Amino acid sequence: MNSILLMTLKRLSLGVITLFVVSLIIFSAVEILPGDLAQEVLGQTATPETIAAFRHELGLDKPAISRYVSWLTNMIQGDFGHSLANGRAISDLLSDRFSNTLFVAAYAAIIAVPLALTLGILAALYRNSWFDRIANITTLSSISFPEFFVAYILILFLSVNNSFFPSLANISDSMPLSEQLYRTILPAITLTLVVVVHMMRMTRASIINVLASPYVEMARMKGMSPARVIVFHALPNALAPIINVIALNLAYLVVGVVVVEVVFVYPGLGQLLVDSVSKRDITVVQAASLIFAGTFILLNLIADILSILSNPRLLNPR
Amino acid sequence: MFTFLSSLRTAPLSAQFGILIICIYLIAMVFAPWIAPYGETEILGSAFEPWSSTYLLGTDSLGRDMFSRIIYGARNTVGIALATTILAFLVGGLLGIVAAVMGGIVDQLLSRTVDVLMAIPSLIFALLILTIVGTSTSSLILVIATLDSTRVFRLARSVAQTVVVMDYVEAARYRGEGLWWIIRYEVLPNISSPLIAEFGLRFCFVFLFISALSFLGLGTQPPLADWGSMVRDNATLITFGDITPLIPASAIALLTIAINFVVDWKLHNASGLKDE
Amino acid sequence: MNKTKTLNHANTLNKPIDRRRFLSGSLATGAAIGASSMMSTNLMAMPAKKGGTLRVGFTQGATSDSTDPATFNNDFMFTYAYGVFNNLTEIAPDGSLIPELALKWDATPDAKMWIFELRQGVSFHDGKELDANDVIASINHHRGEQSKSSAKPLLADITSIKALDKYTITIELAGGNADFPFIFSQYNLVIHPAKGESIDFTSMNGTGAYKVKQFEPGVRALYQRNENYWKEDRAHLDEIEIILISDPAARLNALTTGEVDLIDRPDLKTLHLLKRRKGLRVEQTTGTKHYTLPMLSDVAPYKDNNVRQALKYAIDRQEMVDKILKGYGTVGNDHPIAPSMRFFNNELKQREYDADKSRFYLKKAGLKKLDIQLNLAESAWGNDTVNGGVLFSETSAKAGINIEVVREPNDGYWSNVWLKKPFCASYWGGRPTADWMFTTAYADGVSWNESRWSHEKFNQLLVAARSELNQERRREMYFDMQRLVHDEGSTIIPMFGNYVLAMNDKVQHGQTASNWNLDGLRFMERWWIS
Repeated sequence: MNSILLMTLKRLSLGVITLFVVSLIIFSAVEILPGDLAQEVLGQTATPETIAAFRHELGLDKPAISRYVSWLTNMIQGDFGHSLANGRAISDLLSDRFSNTLFVAAYAAIIAVPLALTLGILAALYRNSWFDRIANITTLSSISFPEFFVAYILILFLSVNNSFFPSLANISDSMPLSEQLYRTILPAITLTLVVVVHMMRMTRASIINVLASPYVEMARMKGMSPARVIVFHALPNALAPIINVIALNLAYLVVGVVVVEVVFVYPGLGQLLVDSVSKRDITVVQAASLIFAGTFILLNLIADILSILSNPRLLNPR
Repeated sequence: MFTFLSSLRTAPLSAQFGILIICIYLIAMVFAPWIAPYGETEILGSAFEPWSSTYLLGTDSLGRDMFSRIIYGARNTVGIALATTILAFLVGGLLGIVAAVMGGIVDQLLSRTVDVLMAIPSLIFALLILTIVGTSTSSLILVIATLDSTRVFRLARSVAQTVVVMDYVEAARYRGEGLWWIIRYEVLPNISSPLIAEFGLRFCFVFLFISALSFLGLGTQPPLADWGSMVRDNATLITFGDITPLIPASAIALLTIAINFVVDWKLHNASGLKDE
Repeated sequence: MNKTKTLNHANTLNKPIDRRRFLSGSLATGAAIGASSMMSTNLMAMPAKKGGTLRVGFTQGATSDSTDPATFNNDFMFTYAYGVFNNLTEIAPDGSLIPELALKWDATPDAKMWIFELRQGVSFHDGKELDANDVIASINHHRGEQSKSSAKPLLADITSIKALDKYTITIELAGGNADFPFIFSQYNLVIHPAKGESIDFTSMNGTGAYKVKQFEPGVRALYQRNENYWKEDRAHLDEIEIILISDPAARLNALTTGEVDLIDRPDLKTLHLLKRRKGLRVEQTTGTKHYTLPMLSDVAPYKDNNVRQALKYAIDRQEMVDKILKGYGTVGNDHPIAPSMRFFNNELKQREYDADKSRFYLKKAGLKKLDIQLNLAESAWGNDTVNGGVLFSETSAKAGINIEVVREPNDGYWSNVWLKKPFCASYWGGRPTADWMFTTAYADGVSWNESRWSHEKFNQLLVAARSELNQERRREMYFDMQRLVHDEGSTIIPMFGNYVLAMNDKVQHGQTASNWNLDGLRFMERWWIS
């Protein structure tokens, strides 16, 4: 157990370094991007003089390195700074958006993960049966459609033709939880449809992969029922890749939902990030990217710890 | 080839169906100019003509024949997706296994690089890079392949790790077998199933990623027909129950299902299960 | 009409302006305004109803939007400007210029020295009374070296602004400009309260019809009626909620499910289906918005006017209007003046698609065939921009011109492609006067001259027409300018787009203005619901 703690600490410190590298990459990429905030905000109406004046006001005429260093120093002191474009405090700007993103991600995950595991186990148990095929065909076709298209179809049936749910997911803090859950159900279903197949198929594949191993054969020969064999013998040994895929998909639920946010007009972090990139609002881009990166690193770490717990041999020193 | 054909005969119905569909797509790709009644970019009549014997699936918003565009779309769409997925698996899969087998500093170096790449949200990463280098087909393939290869790397590394700690691999190490030998004969055969399963899905994700990019205005170059963009272009019609965007979407779906049926069959074979 | 009177009257003033004369003479202006607003009230189908909430789905707006009027650049901020604030002048639904915070104005005969008298007793939302100080600070915010304002070029001619007293200001120009008061109707030039030398734009405190209740850039805004609004028969709604819905399908869905009452820029592709829905309607206004394809006139092969002519004949304008605008527009004639504008040249023959003529000009340029690139992004013409390019390349191919359509990222289009690539796409929204339009994008050396076109005769005419007070001569000059741009200009203008809105039957309004979308962007104070 101690060694896991040690690994966690090691990974956390590595995570901090990763964050630093990410911030460096994002900063340089935005620097390389043609155009800067002054040009993007003034857009078609920009003239050389107004751009120069704007840049001066924002401090964009200072060299890139000094801007990065001053950003980093503030960041280390816990100060996210202010949006270059409109001077709003980034911590205010991000906190609402991020909690919205986490809310809908958690909502979708609570539906998707148990569903995927159940379907995956059942599909492995009844492999090549009609159940397996139908589960496969439906989930596969659901991810073959781009997520905005899945969203449109859901809206058509559940919102336009039958007004079960609202087509816009605008929520506010003052709403009771039940109301919030009701208003965000369509984005949650859309996201579920997008992620469930990956997890389900990985569950099915990993279980089938260990079904041929000697210990499973042994269990089977002992006369255990197929369901017990799978749940108690195959599944624990197939967990590592499943956990990994779940972590990847959870990260996707947090990070990759821009398109769903756009379709349901849900004010999440993804839309903010895309907006800020296109306006070159670098302080917001940095802060949002770091939050995403941090989430991702944490999820990964948790996945790795869980994988090790499921298969302690991974800890073997070499 | 012959053994493949004979094994096909004993394959389950779903796999035979999958192979059939894939063959039809391949034929459409190769013989597109002969199958399609009109040219890919040819503007023939007015916009949104209904289905008829002249225009099998009607015309699109510019008055181009929808059916011909679907046929030509197979070339661009499947071509790009295939190139991207293969590239991603070659790079990501290989590096992942190498990292698992060699461990130590190599593993650390590769894993941390991948961590950094993955920690950057992929859509933003693509947005940044494609805005810098432009959206030519080759840069599209390279960017998506890079992003996908990180995912493949993680999977390959983690499944390879479970194999590397097995007794037979340790035994091979003590025998003094080389890195390549261990990868080729001990690791690869034992991790192929999850990788094959992943391939079937990654392939499909490329379509989705391209259409997500076209959502942000960064799709393939016009006037090439590709299914992802065709869905995007006509997507609003679905709000009124018009099924036009379902056609390219179903083309993607059918191929995805077909490929995954074949993958399932291979998976079953690879697992060595002899039941059923 | 109002404009004409002001000018005729200005003719009688030969001495430098003095306050007594200015006031007496301006009575004529006042009368003219009365008549014009009468006309628009007569056109209203029914009297406006007070009360209710209007919910609107908007396309444009971003999290990075700032309340600094120097940076307003999308509909969300434009309507914020016109809803919460007032300008000195306003463009009425019939296109004439009417007073807003400026009660009267007048000029010396050379149109170089202007005097504006402000309305008295107007107060900001916080109760402070409006005076000349606020107006001067608000104008100066867009001038001077430190200014980053997009309105800066419009005000570049101003040499000094002075307050004569608490309610009168004089503005001196470097050169005469008969259309000068039109500039003050621009959305940037809304009047904010002064704060020291500059203005206070962070407290969102204006003199306008609506107070800000909630303002979340990139998400939504909630406005509440200003009960003390000084205009009569305006500000009918209790509350207005503006929600940003950038995705066209989501916007449509929100309208059909009744979550909003009004959406802008509906997807043209599905409008015929939308119209069939009960309780919904589509409205269009023929405006001044036009789509352009500028060719850099100092770059080969576009240096040669024959090549430019060849390209102008190689585009099928009617097909463009039919397929790209889905019929919601009219064909353009390679000059930027809209048929609805004063001085529109109706004698100029409409240019048609003619592959033979195109080939003839190509031959005249010494070319057999031409291979060029056209760089486009959706930022330029909307969702169907790229299709527009593809359509052009199909028709031009028949004239031996091979156009390779290059899709550019939306992101950064205006800074990377526009004004940089030799052949690209762009658009222009409403400019209320011919002078303003020409000066913005066709005058020699101005920074938005998107084709870098420089034509000696044109530039002479432009300066001369600006201060010409004889309407007949002025008309002739603008006719000549349009002909020059049509024949020798370096910009293809294939079409003018209509402003299209979709709404449910509750939404009501009178005659709508055509200078911008959404009733000249002033729907907030003009519209009501039944």
